[in-house]
Amino acid sequence: MKLLTFKGGIHPPYGKEYANKKPIEKAAAPATVYIPLQQHIGAPAKCIVEVGEEVKLGQKIGEAQGFVSSNIHSSVSGVVKAIEVCGVPGGSSTCVIIENDFKEELHPSIQPHGEIESLSKEEIIDIVKEAGIVGMGGATFPNHVKIAPPPDSNAEFVILNGAECEPYLTADDRLMVEHPELVVYGLRALMKALDVKKGFIGIEVNKPEAIENMVKAAEAYPEIEVVSLQVKYPEGAEKQLIYACTGREVPSGALPIAVGAVVDNVATAAAIAKAIKFGMPLVERITTVTGPCIKEPKNLVTKVGTKFNEIIEQCGGIKEGVTASKLIAGGPMMGLAQCTDDISTNKGSSGILILDDKMAKAPQPQNCIKCGRCTDVCPAFLQPLFISAYSLKNDFEQAEKHRAMDCIECGSCSFICPARRLLLPSIRQAKREIGAKRRKAAAAQKK
Amino acid sequence: MNNKWIVSSSPHIRTNEDTSYIMKQVLIALLPATIAGLYYFRVRGAITIIACILGAVLSEFLYCKITKKESTINDLSAVVTGLLLAFNVPAGLPIWMCVFGAIFSIIVVKMLFGGIGFNFLNPALAGRAFLLASFPVAMTTWVKPGANADAITAATPLSYMKLGGSEGAGSAANALNHLHQANISLSDMFLGNIGGTIGETCTVLLLIGGVYLVYKGIISYVMPVTYIVLATVLTFLFGGMNFEFALYQACAGGLFLGGIFMLTDYTTSPMTKKGQIIYASIAAILAVCIRLFGGYPEGVSYSILFANCLVPLIDKYVNNRVFGEVRK
Repeated sequence: MKLLTFKGGIHPPYGKEYANKKPIEKAAAPATVYIPLQQHIGAPAKCIVEVGEEVKLGQKIGEAQGFVSSNIHSSVSGVVKAIEVCGVPGGSSTCVIIENDFKEELHPSIQPHGEIESLSKEEIIDIVKEAGIVGMGGATFPNHVKIAPPPDSNAEFVILNGAECEPYLTADDRLMVEHPELVVYGLRALMKALDVKKGFIGIEVNKPEAIENMVKAAEAYPEIEVVSLQVKYPEGAEKQLIYACTGREVPSGALPIAVGAVVDNVATAAAIAKAIKFGMPLVERITTVTGPCIKEPKNLVTKVGTKFNEIIEQCGGIKEGVTASKLIAGGPMMGLAQCTDDISTNKGSSGILILDDKMAKAPQPQNCIKCGRCTDVCPAFLQPLFISAYSLKNDFEQAEKHRAMDCIECGSCSFICPARRLLLPSIRQAKREIGAKRRKAAAAQKK
Repeated sequence: MNNKWIVSSSPHIRTNEDTSYIMKQVLIALLPATIAGLYYFRVRGAITIIACILGAVLSEFLYCKITKKESTINDLSAVVTGLLLAFNVPAGLPIWMCVFGAIFSIIVVKMLFGGIGFNFLNPALAGRAFLLASFPVAMTTWVKPGANADAITAATPLSYMKLGGSEGAGSAANALNHLHQANISLSDMFLGNIGGTIGETCTVLLLIGGVYLVYKGIISYVMPVTYIVLATVLTFLFGGMNFEFALYQACAGGLFLGGIFMLTDYTTSPMTKKGQIIYASIAAILAVCIRLFGGYPEGVSYSILFANCLVPLIDKYVNNRVFGEVRK
């Protein structure tokens, strides 16, 4: 069988063996949750509960503000203790701090919405919006925005990303192995919401059990195709996945809908399924706690707003004899390194990874030897060495000419660079500068 | 728990294959040809190789010391340059000349431009060109393979062929005549049992090294294949349509050494595959021009050095199509 893929990419050590055989477990409920009101780009949700108020599990506590924003719900039942700024992955956010009464009392609004067949397109989009469902691959982009594309666009297929190409993470893998029916259900709902006839589920072949179970679960639906993908990073990157599944290239600067595609994570689909079937908003997710330093790596269902350190404790904490040096929210390729474990999870917390001192040490950059490996592996076909060099010289105009804005920030170039150069960080810097310049120009034009 | 987490930008993992790993692979690939060089040129070969490598490594070490920079000799690139320089000179070149060439390669061509990655010429080839210009007699005093104590000079196959005149259809037959008279067979050329520089003679072992590098993903086959095949085809077309002559030319004068180990030098070759084909083609055309029509039997080094100079230009104008870029 010919496996589908894209051009470029790398083969990092996968590290999946730490947790890919560990069945999903429910994490112990935390005594206090710190639920962030800002979990994605766009406007933060507006808090609609007060200190001292009693809340139920699944009750809406944050109201979406504006178009790109999503609702936030309580992940426990209990009493609102405070509304304060707390640490979250990558910074801080106002959090609703709720003391858990451990009663797990459901809010009365949580009612099944019936079956897909009895729901209209608009009703499905509404359920997704109400349930505060966001992209669960890590970017946490509000999902109702994605599935209600502008009227002049033409969606042709939904692609579910089950590649999970990010090393170490196994949450999606376990989800597909244990709950394939939820994924298929969610995909069907997405297809109905977008009014498309074709659905793909792309899975890397290093997850044979996931493929097998997904194929079985999708058997009754000929319009759904489970696609086996080559094991390669970044196979799950949106544009690369679309290319692998359909052979279409998303034009530079455009969104996937330009080629008729809508891409969602398998976990997002499962969350949509739960929202329709049980009326359950997005208040928990599967988080892989893994890496060489964790005593007992696990795939845990964690409530949104649980502190990282509590989750790590539940996995036995740090193994003896190793020096835990780097804490990453997400995977090692695109995850964010954290300066403290006193932060709470959000809807995008796909993984908590701890690396030992040997892996965490930042190598000293040397002269670029122009080996061209960064160019060979770049899935966007860029020449990272040139963009990086211009960026380091503050020549962002040249960096823009070398198409810095087409960088998808997958980090393949930095991974492969034999001279240990900081390619991606410098390209990110260029993207920030170019983006700021463009916004300025756009603002000036408006005036 | 730990409260001193290291924070840095993603990605958080790196490949193990750093610069010194790549240079190590190149050295491994050069090993078979080195052994052939030692086999054919014995002690003289060994002394030359050691002198060139020591000269290169020491001059880089001292340069870093004097300019108060962190020493870069651990990346092994100086060892590669030294070994390649030795490959490009006749066995038995006086030691001081070897060292002189190595100093020129490292200091003038590489370090003064900013060290590894900043040289615009291949250091080893520039070193050879420098030696050839400075000491033409010593640099063309070839040792017969297997000779030990006394210098027994032997012409290279290319100089035999050059004797046959440089142009025209008759010259190929004439050139082959000279080779046959000197008892040089194609198999000798393939195995390296001929006069020439230390590293250029044994075609088959150079080829094995090249295959190893491609297999290990250190180089791509694009440049060597374009260079060697195009040069051979052009020699056939413009050297009197003589297949045997073209084959002799292909195996002679470091076409394989240059094509596999010098042309593919990362720093002095283009980034894109398209650019690499253009670059290798230019070098091939030049090499054939110099060999067939120039006043000089051997054209590989100069063809590559000249093509090196065009690399910044090629890199500027030959770019990849970016993913999602609308085709014009």
